[in-house]
Amino acid sequence: MNGVGFAKGMWVTLRHFLETYVDDVRYGFRKYAPDLDNFETRQGVDAQGAFTVQYPDEKVAVPERFRFVPFLVVENYDHEERPGKDWCTSCGICAKVCPPQCIWIVRSNDPETGRPVPEPEAFFIDIDICMNCGFCAEFCPFDAIKMDHDYELASYDRTTNHIFDKDKLSKEFRYWNTIAPTRAVEEAEARGGWEHKDVQKEARRGGSTRDKKADAARAEKREAVRARKEAAAAPKAEAPAAEAAPAKEEPAAEAPWNDDEEQKRKRREAALRRKAARAAKRAEDGDS
Amino acid sequence: MVDMTIPEEQVVTGTIEDAIDKLKQRFPKDVSDDDRQGYSGVIISSDKLQEAARYIKDELGFDYLSNATAVDYLGEGVHSEDHLEMVYHAFRTTGGSALVFKAQTDRTNATLPSVTPVWRGADFQEREAYDLMGIKFEGHPNLQRILLWEGFNGYPLRKDWKEAYYEEDHKPFGSRWPAGHVHRAEEKSVFGKNVNYPADIDLSRLNDVSESTMYKAFGMGVDTEHVVDHNGVQTDQLIVNMGPHHPSTHGVFRMIMEIDGETVTKLEPVMGYLHRNHEKIGERNTFLHNIPFTDRLDYISSMGNNHGYVMAVEQLLALGAKYNPPTYRAEVIRVLMVELTRIVNHLWAIGFWLNDLGAFFTPVLYFVQERERILDFFEATAGSRMMCNYMRFGGVFADIPERIHSVSNLINDRVRDFDTMKFLTEMINERIPRSIDEVDEYLTQNDIVQARGMGVGYLSRENAIDYSAAGPVLRGSGVAYDVRKSDPYSIYPELDFDMVVETEGDMYARYLVRLGEMRESLRILKQLLPRLEYTHGESVTENNSAYSSKVPIGEAYGRVENGKGELGFYVVSAGDKRAAANPWRYHVRAPSFINLTPLGLMSTGGKVADVVAILGSIDIVLGETDR
Repeated sequence: MNGVGFAKGMWVTLRHFLETYVDDVRYGFRKYAPDLDNFETRQGVDAQGAFTVQYPDEKVAVPERFRFVPFLVVENYDHEERPGKDWCTSCGICAKVCPPQCIWIVRSNDPETGRPVPEPEAFFIDIDICMNCGFCAEFCPFDAIKMDHDYELASYDRTTNHIFDKDKLSKEFRYWNTIAPTRAVEEAEARGGWEHKDVQKEARRGGSTRDKKADAARAEKREAVRARKEAAAAPKAEAPAAEAAPAKEEPAAEAPWNDDEEQKRKRREAALRRKAARAAKRAEDGDS
Repeated sequence: MVDMTIPEEQVVTGTIEDAIDKLKQRFPKDVSDDDRQGYSGVIISSDKLQEAARYIKDELGFDYLSNATAVDYLGEGVHSEDHLEMVYHAFRTTGGSALVFKAQTDRTNATLPSVTPVWRGADFQEREAYDLMGIKFEGHPNLQRILLWEGFNGYPLRKDWKEAYYEEDHKPFGSRWPAGHVHRAEEKSVFGKNVNYPADIDLSRLNDVSESTMYKAFGMGVDTEHVVDHNGVQTDQLIVNMGPHHPSTHGVFRMIMEIDGETVTKLEPVMGYLHRNHEKIGERNTFLHNIPFTDRLDYISSMGNNHGYVMAVEQLLALGAKYNPPTYRAEVIRVLMVELTRIVNHLWAIGFWLNDLGAFFTPVLYFVQERERILDFFEATAGSRMMCNYMRFGGVFADIPERIHSVSNLINDRVRDFDTMKFLTEMINERIPRSIDEVDEYLTQNDIVQARGMGVGYLSRENAIDYSAAGPVLRGSGVAYDVRKSDPYSIYPELDFDMVVETEGDMYARYLVRLGEMRESLRILKQLLPRLEYTHGESVTENNSAYSSKVPIGEAYGRVENGKGELGFYVVSAGDKRAAANPWRYHVRAPSFINLTPLGLMSTGGKVADVVAILGSIDIVLGETDR
């Protein structure tokens, strides 16, 4: 062949080399600048040449379905009725469906009756064992456990930090909305509203009968909540049923999910103001 | 495509039923139907096994022994039997489904005649059965442990063998819920921190066998006394170990070579350094738990592994569980994923083969660029780039997303937003064909590739079949056998593609097969795009809401054509009350493992530097080889 194939091969190498620099020229030698929006092009099918992402200074964008060690969804800390409440009912499906069996759940029991209460007393995930398969999130009937996007979990001592407890696992529902907005909407549609499944069932049933004591407690709680609501939001008189419909503008995507008490208080007030405004708007819409 | 040259008289056709009838006529006393519920095939009495095997191969035409594995029936559950059983799946290379035959033996003194004289492909598989199940094969040329070391105590795949950190026979473990007070397994284990053994541990069972015993067993030896003269160059006979820690072995794989100067006179692969007893783990798991574990076999092509496993279990589910087969869209998406995986696998295989030839990492990194786009799509669809865990019994995890979408938040400082179908269409119609043409342009005519590849690592057509080689190794030796065509599954029958066959049987032929197969995969992918369009909106997840699928009693062998060759899963569901959700037996027919059987044959007579490239041309992944 007298080196023709050899020359062809070298030409391919040269072309790759040049392509990388063609892009550099196109982006004015600023392709690593974080403020440029060329990242999307460079990570798409049209990209040419080598493109190195300078981890950890910059990171590849992870898609919504990306899965890493799971977290537990808790109600937003500024939620009107159940701030910080676990969505988990400790039904144990995630622990059963976990292939490497890295989930440990202690179910809470009512200290008086001994009956199980639908919330976990403790919840552990051994992140060394977790294989990031996503079954727990997939099969959870309450959308209470979700796969996280935070993959930077390395630490210096695996024996002390790698069993995550409930505190460390819990993240606000708002956080789930920020990392996977599309799926959050889909799930809310499947549940029939933004609220937890049980809350909606409760709302539909209008308070039921199984346990008189629990019923009384619930009624008491509802009463307290109603009183608090009335005190907080005067214009709220119309249609609380509309609450259940998934409203796409509801989650504030830019809001952080873990902050101090002061911030929480402010956000809570802002949420109440927004709610009042919505109610007013609904009233207005209803009139016109 | 090359004309197939199978002599007319060798072609035996006819249905499996005909073959079984003939077999029963020939051996009226020793062959009986396997009439256990959900089982198929025949049971052959052990003293006639070898004779029957020869008849099955020579007269009935089942020349390709795909799978041979053992099952331990402990006399529990629905099976009242108490014996070890060897299961063989033989196929015709002209196509068609399996002739399944079995032989049974006593558990205490397990001995069976070896079928290695009939099919050399049974070599490693019988060694594996000896290693893990403790069946002795009479007449096996080299019956040694293969995945574990000599001196290992017990046969771990036997049902009454318990591993370290043993907790319960079956998952889910009771300690996890409702009183799941966490502990770390290593703190409770009898082995503690690995160095402090309790007094009642018998350390003598951890005896080591010296290397020279191993060389002797392989029939190798060092000979520095006897000097061979090769045209004035004097050489000694030496033993050289390549690996387990050697970059050319693509992982922790070891080859013991007996060399005469630069020439390899004998080669034996040694493996098991990455052995984790995947199958034992699989039998503790529920059927569902196993899906993510299959990702970790051949971690380059996890989608294909998922596909093989769910197909095997779906065969069992079809025996009578409440189960709907996958929808058409689910099948289309499965094939889409599997064909993209095949392209990834072949790019990877060719790239690393070139590494072995000396083109250090330049080509691999070009191929990785293309692979990245495919993995981006996998990540957006399945949630992970490599450990996809995407397929479920009766469907897939989720439909492909509308958009490949990354949002801005505290973790993502970069965002992306592509239309998925547009991304796919552009990738399949433009980007990947362009890069495959580039591979072709870059390498096919390259002088070094041709000089090093042609005529090296030769495997003849007959040997390829006899040694149960699979995938590009088999097709590179002129055997037109591709599970997608020969025993079609999923929606392959309606797709238009060709089998890529080369007759030379050398490394270069295997390279050409891989290159051709990538083009054929693209042809398939192009046909899938319109199918994706018109099935849009159809459900893909109908059946995966149940987290514990109860699987009916029976056995199933599901196989797919994976990038590396035929990947099979042999699954037995014992279906007793205690373990209906757990497989009784879960076996992986790993192409990376069985394709190594002819490695010694291909390397003998070659140079040491060629051995590295020959191993690269077989294309193994140690996660699958060692399991």
